[in-house]
Amino acid sequence: MIMAGLVTMPILAVLYLAFTPVDDLWPHLVSTVLPGYITTTLILMLGVGTGTLLIGVSTAWLVTMCRFPGRRIFEWGMLLPMAMPAYIIAYVYTDILEFAGPVQGMLRELFGWSSKREYWFPEIRSVGGAIAMMTLVLYPYVYLLARAAFLEQSVGVFEASRSLGRGPWRSFFTVALPLARPGIVIGLSLVLMETLNDFGTVDFFAVNTFSLGIFDVWMNMNNISGAAQLASVMLLFVVLLISAERYARRKQRFYSTSGKYQALPGFQLTGGLGLLATAGCLTPVLLGFVLPTLVLLRYAQLHFDPELALEILEHALNSVRLSVLAGTIAVLIAIVMAYSARINGGRLLLAASRVAAMGYAIPGAVLAVGVLIVLGNLDNGIDTLARRNFGLSTGLIFSGTIAAVTFGYIVRFLALSLGTVEASLAKVTPNMDGASRSLGRGALATMRHVHLPLIRGSVLTAVILVFVDCMKELPMTVILQPFNFQTLATFVHQYASDEQLGEAALAALSIVGVGVVPVILLSLTIAKSRPGHRHGN
Amino acid sequence: METSAIQGLHMVGVYHSYGSTPVLNNISLTVPAGELVCLLGPSGCGKTTLLRVAAGLERLQAGSVTIDETVVAEANLQLPPEDRRIGFMFQDYALFPHLSVLENVMFGLFRRDKAAAHTRAMDVLGQVGMARFADQHPHMLSGGQQQRVALARALAPEPRLVLLDEPFSGLDTDMRGRIREETLSVLKQTNVATLMVTHDPEEAMFMADRIKVLGENGRILQAGRPADIYYRPASEYVARLFGPMNMIDAVVTQGKLASSFGIMAAKRAAEGQVVRVLIRPEGLILSNGAGAEGGTPVDVLSAHLLGDSSMVRIQVREGANRGEEFQVRIAGAFDLTEKGQIWAHVDPRHVFQYPQD
Repeated sequence: MIMAGLVTMPILAVLYLAFTPVDDLWPHLVSTVLPGYITTTLILMLGVGTGTLLIGVSTAWLVTMCRFPGRRIFEWGMLLPMAMPAYIIAYVYTDILEFAGPVQGMLRELFGWSSKREYWFPEIRSVGGAIAMMTLVLYPYVYLLARAAFLEQSVGVFEASRSLGRGPWRSFFTVALPLARPGIVIGLSLVLMETLNDFGTVDFFAVNTFSLGIFDVWMNMNNISGAAQLASVMLLFVVLLISAERYARRKQRFYSTSGKYQALPGFQLTGGLGLLATAGCLTPVLLGFVLPTLVLLRYAQLHFDPELALEILEHALNSVRLSVLAGTIAVLIAIVMAYSARINGGRLLLAASRVAAMGYAIPGAVLAVGVLIVLGNLDNGIDTLARRNFGLSTGLIFSGTIAAVTFGYIVRFLALSLGTVEASLAKVTPNMDGASRSLGRGALATMRHVHLPLIRGSVLTAVILVFVDCMKELPMTVILQPFNFQTLATFVHQYASDEQLGEAALAALSIVGVGVVPVILLSLTIAKSRPGHRHGN
Repeated sequence: METSAIQGLHMVGVYHSYGSTPVLNNISLTVPAGELVCLLGPSGCGKTTLLRVAAGLERLQAGSVTIDETVVAEANLQLPPEDRRIGFMFQDYALFPHLSVLENVMFGLFRRDKAAAHTRAMDVLGQVGMARFADQHPHMLSGGQQQRVALARALAPEPRLVLLDEPFSGLDTDMRGRIREETLSVLKQTNVATLMVTHDPEEAMFMADRIKVLGENGRILQAGRPADIYYRPASEYVARLFGPMNMIDAVVTQGKLASSFGIMAAKRAAEGQVVRVLIRPEGLILSNGAGAEGGTPVDVLSAHLLGDSSMVRIQVREGANRGEEFQVRIAGAFDLTEKGQIWAHVDPRHVFQYPQD
């Protein structure tokens, strides 16, 4: 209970601020930056939403329902760009597409241009560029959920539509797509949450979104209440997204058409059509994962420097330590919360876990502000207490320490571990508890001897998921990191911002490499849960 | 109270509701050691809840539960399940999938030293004929084998009370009979108090020393030995538990009820009152030709062979119920057609009267 309270505090702090406006900054904000932030953020969300929908849904349909060369590889291959943080892909493409980069250089050589005025080339560091970058790495969310929705649909429904005289295209738009809509909406809301959360890309491209605004007000104007106010506006977006997601999840239940699975029809796409399908699936994977990885590999090779590598290793160790710590604690808290909710079924606990789960939806920059507020108050409290009782000042104990960063990570990613642990705990029937208790074991012994062994796999998965997300995390780390302390992500961010991507390539590659782990886990889960491939229960 | 001095389970005035709907209403029952009491009722009538209350898996809301002279639950006391020394067999068996058969059975023996626990577990496994499978995991076993392991696991710690929740519902019909017999014999050997719930009247008849029929309102409608329940059902509801019934509504005239199957004396009913007469399909006897006098002439509408018995649909030709249709269950195949007039008469043991309000 105390744990639940602790992790929900930063979220509540921001929520609290959202509803208690301090009026000093509002007029200023409204008249200056706010409209810009809102428009830019909306444009970005609209663009990324449309892009991920198009790519995610179409590839999911192709891979699920059609047969074409390379389909089996694409089943999991489509997920690879998930491993690529948006900020890294942004650095890479800027590097190759900017004026001094190899692509424009080649074009100039080819056509004999010498200055920028002689030809038109899209500016990568723009809203459009940010949309493209985020679309490339975020579409897997839509793909994943759309594919799951297509797989769950009874093929019978689709075939019924065709037998009633509708062609495959019309059947797709009138039957399959509407049935998959709740799943797609969930995927889309995840995409938009990530879009809101993004800091690295928009910072690099100087696209003025809320995340960037909060960061700017906090770091450059040193104004925490201003940051909090921006955060509260941003929360409005978040609340909308969460409600959309919840609504879709509720609907999802009614949209399940049949428990019976048939073999999927597998429309055979031959010749040109098949090649087109292959190309269609290949392009996003190439652009979103393969190409940037190759570029990074090349840079890492070109700029290899033992001294720098040693420095990167140190940051990597920082990252790993932090992430392991946060992952372990987040999962421990998740186990305690999920299990006590299971045996007590308390309403307060349930509410706490719902609030805690919001952490994932709230952008890192906003949460970081919440963490700052909470820890700041805590430090001041302790300081006052110590001064009054012992006559000495403790100063800031938690603020600006590794503990603050870890705390932030836990708050943000607890939802991930809680969801995983809860889901696997729910699969253990309550009769298992009953059996163990009636055989003389108490609640704790039951957890140790029955539940933990049964959910061991998921616990590990939860640790890994949180670990990986912590490794990639940028906005919170930038705001909360202690002086003279860097993680891989902040290191890459710093170097890339200084246009020294080459030096940071090795670090960026490490992040991508770590990011591949959950992709592998995910594709394994998908392979296992596919109807007809089920192992004995 | 004097009765609480006996060994076994003793529940008094147990009440339980989910929200405002009572599922158990003032239930009192006693299961002495060595006896098997069966709670019979339709699904969703709170039978399982009663077991869970006895086990401590569900909080007791009102009343008291006593096991072997120890009060385990009453107004201000809720002994947790682990301290009640009970054995609970779940409908889905709830075997621990990560443990072997032997480890499952040893799970409740953690207070004994390893060697003693092992010996005891192997003993019980031998008793249910599963010693050979000790090293296997639950998912490798058939439904019947899992059931036996679940029974062994529940019995291993020598509980004072065994609770069985629909113990045979997960089994195929051909398997059910055999397992039922084995389970009963093991329980009788153990001489433990057993409370079992089921919705299957046949199962209850087979297993139980005494049956309690639980109605949808959460009250006990009738309690007694299996034969009492079958031959003297206290209400129309209880009578109908054992399958479809033929029904005649008749008015009491001069203390008698008139039907096509003869005049019968009205029991417990006032003059002019409507009495519902229920006749079991096996309570109608068909015959033809000579020696069938005293019966009612009937037409046979259809006959279906069900295996060891046949269900015959007849229409009565005369008397108070002229033109009405009845169901008759006869042993074997129906072979009286084309042999002249068929007569029906009733076996009074299968006829029940229920005065209507």
